[in-house]
Amino acid sequence: MIPAQFDYLRPATLEEACQALAADDEAKVLAGGQSLLPLLRLRLAYPTTLVDIGRLPGLTGVHDRGDHVFIGALATHDEVLRSPVVRAGCPLVALAAATVADPAVRHRGTFGGSLAHADPAGDLPAVVLALDGVLVARSAEGEREIAAADFFADYLETTLEAGEILVGVKIPKLAGEWGFHYEKFRRTVQAWAIVGVAVAVRRSNGSIQEARIGLSNMGTTPLRARAAESALQGVELGEAVRQACEEASADTAPPADLHAQPDYRRHLARVLTHRAVRTAAGTP
Amino acid sequence: MTEVGTARRRKEDARLLTGRTQWTDNMQLPGMAYVAFLRSPMAHARITRVDVSAARGLPGVIAAYAGADFAEEQGSLPCAWPVSEDIVIPDHPPMAVSEVRYVGEAVACVVATDRYKAADALDAIEVDYEPLPPVLDMNDALTEGSPKVHEAGNQAFTWRLTQGDVDAALRDAPVLIDRTYIQQRLIPTAMEPRAVMATSDGESFTLWSATQIPHVLRLMLALTTGIPEHKLRVIAPDVGGGFGSKLQVTAEEVLCLLLTRKTGRPVKWTESRSEGNLTVHHGRDQIQHVTLAAEADGRIRGLRVELLADMGAYLMLVTPGVPILGAFMFNGIYKMDAYDFNCTGVFTTKMPTDAYRGAGRPEATYAIERVMDELAAELNLDPIEVRRRNWIRHEEFPYTTVAGLTYDSGNYEAATDKALSLFGYDKLRAEQGDRRDRGDPVQLGIGVSTYTEMCGLAPSRVLGSLSYGAGGWEHGSVRMLPTGKVEVVTGSSPHGQGHETAWSQIVADALGVPFDDVSVIHGDTAISHKGMDTYGSRSLVVGGVAVLAACEKVKEKARKIAAHVLECAPDDVEFSEGTFRVRGTDSGKTIQELSLATFAAHDLPDGVEARLDADATVDPDNFSFPHGTHLCAVEVDTETGMTKIRSYVAVDDVGKVVNPLIVEGQVHGGIAQGVGQALYEEAVYDAEGNLLTSTMADYLVPSAADLPAFVTDRTETPATSNPLGVKGVGEAGTIASTPAVVNAIVDALRPRGVHDVQMPCTPERIWRALS
Ligand SMILES: Cc1cc2nc3c(=O)[nH]c(=O)nc-3n(C[C@H](O)[C@H](O)[C@H](O)COP(=O)(O)OP(=O)(O)OC[C@H]3O[C@@H](n4cnc5c(N)ncnc54)[C@H](O)[C@@H]3O)c2cc1C
Repeated sequence: MIPAQFDYLRPATLEEACQALAADDEAKVLAGGQSLLPLLRLRLAYPTTLVDIGRLPGLTGVHDRGDHVFIGALATHDEVLRSPVVRAGCPLVALAAATVADPAVRHRGTFGGSLAHADPAGDLPAVVLALDGVLVARSAEGEREIAAADFFADYLETTLEAGEILVGVKIPKLAGEWGFHYEKFRRTVQAWAIVGVAVAVRRSNGSIQEARIGLSNMGTTPLRARAAESALQGVELGEAVRQACEEASADTAPPADLHAQPDYRRHLARVLTHRAVRTAAGTP
Repeated sequence: MTEVGTARRRKEDARLLTGRTQWTDNMQLPGMAYVAFLRSPMAHARITRVDVSAARGLPGVIAAYAGADFAEEQGSLPCAWPVSEDIVIPDHPPMAVSEVRYVGEAVACVVATDRYKAADALDAIEVDYEPLPPVLDMNDALTEGSPKVHEAGNQAFTWRLTQGDVDAALRDAPVLIDRTYIQQRLIPTAMEPRAVMATSDGESFTLWSATQIPHVLRLMLALTTGIPEHKLRVIAPDVGGGFGSKLQVTAEEVLCLLLTRKTGRPVKWTESRSEGNLTVHHGRDQIQHVTLAAEADGRIRGLRVELLADMGAYLMLVTPGVPILGAFMFNGIYKMDAYDFNCTGVFTTKMPTDAYRGAGRPEATYAIERVMDELAAELNLDPIEVRRRNWIRHEEFPYTTVAGLTYDSGNYEAATDKALSLFGYDKLRAEQGDRRDRGDPVQLGIGVSTYTEMCGLAPSRVLGSLSYGAGGWEHGSVRMLPTGKVEVVTGSSPHGQGHETAWSQIVADALGVPFDDVSVIHGDTAISHKGMDTYGSRSLVVGGVAVLAACEKVKEKARKIAAHVLECAPDDVEFSEGTFRVRGTDSGKTIQELSLATFAAHDLPDGVEARLDADATVDPDNFSFPHGTHLCAVEVDTETGMTKIRSYVAVDDVGKVVNPLIVEGQVHGGIAQGVGQALYEEAVYDAEGNLLTSTMADYLVPSAADLPAFVTDRTETPATSNPLGVKGVGEAGTIASTPAVVNAIVDALRPRGVHDVQMPCTPERIWRALS
């Protein structure tokens, strides 16, 4: 990798890291480097300073906090997908993390980095959005909580302010009988999602009581398929589910790129949502 | 036990896999400087100004140059295959001086103390371009009013091969299949990117390059730069794959030589993957218009091929020859009396194309194998049955084809029967019918590919008749060391194939020495003075045979010495398993004892030199013709368009096998690469001529995780044209697999009215074909 020149800082504490960021608008946080380094390599980003938070204490690990799971910003994808706490408290996160890239990337890339990077094609933003996660950020001024619905601002843009570092994410545990599935559509195993659908459904007595649906790569940010969610409410398993999932592409603005045109992505969103809901509801 | 035929693990693998070896990029020379190239962002433009002065002043920068600085010395990159009388070979300066013709063409460079400073300094170079219209579509390029890539126009050449009366065959044919297939442009993706290092003492030059062709490269660089051949040494150290992309004389190789001369320092350049996607020569890129005429029973009357071949912006080493190699293969394994092949080479403002695994044969095989399936569908026959009715039967060999080649041996029946039984053909057909009947959203398709190819490039006389600039021989040397160990110097240049192992096996058998007592040296023109290098599945068939021939000469010498020592006539000496014995007695000498005796030279027969070594240069009599039957089953999800390869059976006949493990590896990698073309890979340029697939996120290459477990097996019909009976296996998998996969996809969708899907068969393309 031959990036442009930059300074490198490895602060010992979170406070120092926040100060370093506050002091320089062009400084950038470096976590696992799996999204930032490719940008540097291609010389698409020219930060003055990289503030390496990779060894900061307190940002790592996955913690069971009773009504929610707290995933440290520095927890790697691999750690997350293997974590018994995640598997028990928010299995959808583990299902999605397992589809990220390849083992090498999953051992370096971090949960916080995936969200802060805010790539709508990433797998985790849609999941955190679907599960109504709450992102915890820290700056020199203190700590702040941001609901996932307010976090993803635009393509690769979040509402994190300059000088703020994401320290972790609270994922509320869902009460009741929930089923989960992450349906990722990609051309090769290691490729990014053309479309990804994250689904959590609560079912009882042969019908769906509640559904939460997050869409990857269907707009400039991760999206909730709200129309499909409402259409699914109270629907009996069977043909009616397919009908309801036809709403999955409503209010989306999917990109056009080498791998797919928008109309095809909309079609996929509908088909994949149906499949994901059926799998999550335990009906093959 | 014979070594040949044994599945030896490759002796070179430990060092290649652990990296305890010299890759060009690892090497360091004292005082080394690093080169970075500024590349054109325009597909076509006049260069009106290049100002490198600001870059020259930056810290760490040793030198910066524009094309004009090389104008006197850089020559023109060579094209060694002027295929026709009408060919236009445009001047191809290694660094553009006045006009750029593709995105990525080098326009300036920086030499700096490290590679970061070199890359940074590129930003300080100013270039003014006056845009010229890009030329991107081959059909448009050939129209009257098209903008021109070169002054002489956009037609590079025309070339024709014709046999029999095709017009008559097509006229009133009971069945006529008329199709156009697009061979998309591919980017060869060797694991090791290109890397070049050059140094000079002021008079002599040494160039290290991740190349397939050190010998050809030395000759061509000498001719291009004017550096005398004996003052230029070229070294290909261990090289991490090539697939044809390193069968080239590149701009960067020429410029690194010139830069070491200009700066007086050793220089190195290593490409990034994105730089490589832009500027490694591309492969394929043809439009094939194929018309096949057949009788009502499916027997072929004749075949016409109209081919447009995209040359890109310039003709590189064998650019125009690639479609010509294909010309001999469109008829495949089938008998027909009339064939007409017309090719037009077209210039466009894109990276030049050149050899890529199979070079012309995959394209041709794809077309004929696709069309055979269409013929079967038209006649409502099983695709295997249509092939049976047309292929050369085993008792008909040797057989001279309509394209003029003489296939020496083959047994298509045996390979096909074996493949069918391994595949469970009938059972899969039954399941296919069942899924069709049920209207299953996941449909099953079965693809057949009964391929052959021409390997073992090549008889020098044939190359001469095709206007190729060089011969097709290969050279080998074998020398016995005093301790009885053996050094082999080969003129072919491995870059992952396993020559060291295979050659050791051949030598071990020929001389009766242990496998581990043989070492194989290659790739350095100062040590291996003579060679034609590695491409076209030629190494074993020509280079391995040359080593065997050298062994035979060593044995003859040893026999004379043995006779002298054993006090008998040479004719009374028999050789077996490393020992020369007086016929019918126990009295003998091992080849190791004779090696030492020859070294000591105390008692050699009169007139015999004190050396137990020999050279051989072998020119093949004919090409070799591996063949096989590949069967592929795919599941196509008709709701999403996604294809999944469910099973894949390859039965290849590569003649005698020296090392089954190496053959297996070549087949696996080859199939993967062919599947890559069928399903995943495509170099895409936008309407301005920018390459959109410059990273591996955009240019998708399959990995093991995307592929099923291949079932591989072989039949063994020895080649009759060489003493080893070998045919070559480097390209077979790639040639066979692409049509097998696409035939399977079309087979799955045919009831839905789909007769073709353009490659790569992406889910979106399949979905649109179904919509
Ligand atoms: C080959 C490859 C394939 C990939 N495929 C996928 C895929 O299929 N699906 C997928 O979801 N992802 C994929 N990724 C991306 C991967 O998930 C990254 O790990 C992730 O996007 C970023 O995490 P990181 O820790 O590496 O962040 P970095 O690269 O270090 O940082 C990314 C961005 O986030 C900022 N940042 C990081 N951490 C914080 C923090 N705690 N607070 C504030 N800002 C922060 C950085 O400043 C930077 O702007 C792939 C990456 C690669 C290299």
